[in-house]
Amino acid sequence: MMKLINTLSLIAGALLLSTAAVAKDVKLLNVSYDPTRELYREYNIAFAKHWLAKTGDKVTVEQSHGGSGAQSRSVIDGLQADVVTFALAGDIDPLARIGKLIPENWETRLPQHSAPYTSTIVFLVRKGNPKHIKDWDDLIKKNVEVITPNPKTSGGARWNYLAAWGFAKRKLGSDQAAQDFVAKLYKNVPVLDSGARGATTTFVQRGIGDVLLTWENEAFLAVNELGADKVEIVVPSVSILAEASVTVVDKYADAHGTRVLAEEYLKYLYTKEGQNIIAKNFYRPRDKEVEAAYANKFPKIELFTIEDFGGWKKAQPEHFGDGGIFDKIYQ
Amino acid sequence: MAGSISNLGHNTAAKKNHSAGIRGIAKQSATSEARWIRWSLISIAMLFLALFLILPLVIVFTEAFAKGMGVYVAAITHPDAAAAIKLTLLAAAIAVPLNVVFGLAASWAIAKFQFKGKQIVITLIDLPFAVSPVVAGLIYMLLFGAQGLFGHWLMDHNVRIMFAVPGIVLATVFITFPFITRELIPLMQEQGKEQEEAAITLGANGWQMFFRVTLPSIKWALLYGIILCNARAMGEFGAVSVVSGKIRGQTNTMPLHIEILYNEYQFAAAFAVASLLALLALVTLVLKSALEWKAAREHEIAVLTAQAQ
Repeated sequence: MMKLINTLSLIAGALLLSTAAVAKDVKLLNVSYDPTRELYREYNIAFAKHWLAKTGDKVTVEQSHGGSGAQSRSVIDGLQADVVTFALAGDIDPLARIGKLIPENWETRLPQHSAPYTSTIVFLVRKGNPKHIKDWDDLIKKNVEVITPNPKTSGGARWNYLAAWGFAKRKLGSDQAAQDFVAKLYKNVPVLDSGARGATTTFVQRGIGDVLLTWENEAFLAVNELGADKVEIVVPSVSILAEASVTVVDKYADAHGTRVLAEEYLKYLYTKEGQNIIAKNFYRPRDKEVEAAYANKFPKIELFTIEDFGGWKKAQPEHFGDGGIFDKIYQ
Repeated sequence: MAGSISNLGHNTAAKKNHSAGIRGIAKQSATSEARWIRWSLISIAMLFLALFLILPLVIVFTEAFAKGMGVYVAAITHPDAAAAIKLTLLAAAIAVPLNVVFGLAASWAIAKFQFKGKQIVITLIDLPFAVSPVVAGLIYMLLFGAQGLFGHWLMDHNVRIMFAVPGIVLATVFITFPFITRELIPLMQEQGKEQEEAAITLGANGWQMFFRVTLPSIKWALLYGIILCNARAMGEFGAVSVVSGKIRGQTNTMPLHIEILYNEYQFAAAFAVASLLALLALVTLVLKSALEWKAAREHEIAVLTAQAQ
């Protein structure tokens, strides 16, 4: 009898210990796309402070970066991300469809259909703009070399493609004309890198090409890092609203016991602090006040959205799937 | 004994030089090209060497120190860099011994015994040379990835292979598979099995024969294989990049870390870590030359001893 009581009290003690609020070291893996390295380096520090103040736990956020499509593939193949922060919803959908890692309605779980920040596509040209590139039309001229990554692996590249398509359709009227326009544009592309950052290095470091199609944030960063005496930004007449989507990866987060932490990590992106870091790193914030504070930083462009293409669920297979339009025009 | 050997060595060396000199002169008149052709060929070769081998090496080191010693030290002591160096060393520390054991066993079997399917075994050993490293990585993904053959089982049992250290080690082992075997097989075939048979007839057991007869005769080739294997294990990029998942401080090896730094505009830091890898390559080359020199010398001495007897 005595023995039994002893055992029971031991178990009770162990239970108490495990549930008590002891400060722990916790880890979170954020698998992201290429240009967000600087953004999340800063955001992770801010979030760790926030989480420490809130719970007393010390959180270390680990990062993995690469082309958005390639990263999506890795998560499906077993890269156990607690959260993913990708370049577009079209790269998160396969996590539900193929990987069965998240529910189909993931987009509805956070405000702004789970896209806490946006960006758009602009041009980066060499200093002085020697080829006089002003708008999308100039990209299909002879002897203009265009650098853009591979839409199969890079999210940014898909936005580039759709932005060009959207411009052409508005100007020329029909989908067929838009397809011809985009086909001509890709004839001017000498090399397809796998991610946005690789394309930037190709353009800036290796000096290949006359114009780089890239994220607005990536273009700002390149000018900042490499100096305004080397490259300059050209804002086209019209472009696409590029929404970067985020989600908790339910299956992995639950297995790691990090769901609460992971959810808070993404929600914090929508707070004033989060939105400020976002704007500081050249992404367009969602919060109206923060947006106003940084208004002079972001050029006003007329933006169309992915809805013009019927959303990612339609655009992804139609344009970028196996045997899709991109496969037809780039051979 | 030792004195007589070195003496002998001197004599023959002198003789060799002499005869080589005579042969050299005789050849020159009949078969060699004009002086200017020789010189321009040599200059082209030297220029090529300087341009494609020495210059890049110099650039790696100058870029590494471009922003001063402070940046260099900071780059290679950064926690992420330290983790990458550790992981690289760990992968090599597992892959190399595994391949030593496997290499010895395989080349032993192939060189000393006749069996059915031997040619197939040799071809299989060469497979990692023939297959692109990226494909090697993808093969493992198809086996152990979450969507792969064993994916579900591994996931259910919470065993992580892909995007974790085991996957990186597996990829490294696969890529460095043939290095030791390829060094040992020709040598062991050439040596035949008389000495080992003699040892057995004289009463040695299997292990005694291995450690006292077989191992001493192949030790230089084995060391040479180990050095090549190690260099490749530390430098491997393609296969590892497929299975790594590129988690900073967790699954980044040195080559992957270099790429990441370069992509983040941290050029000095990227070259600093690259210079460590380049340094490793240089050490490897020095060791390799030293070993070749030593092996050649031992061979020469052995031949001379045999002749003297």
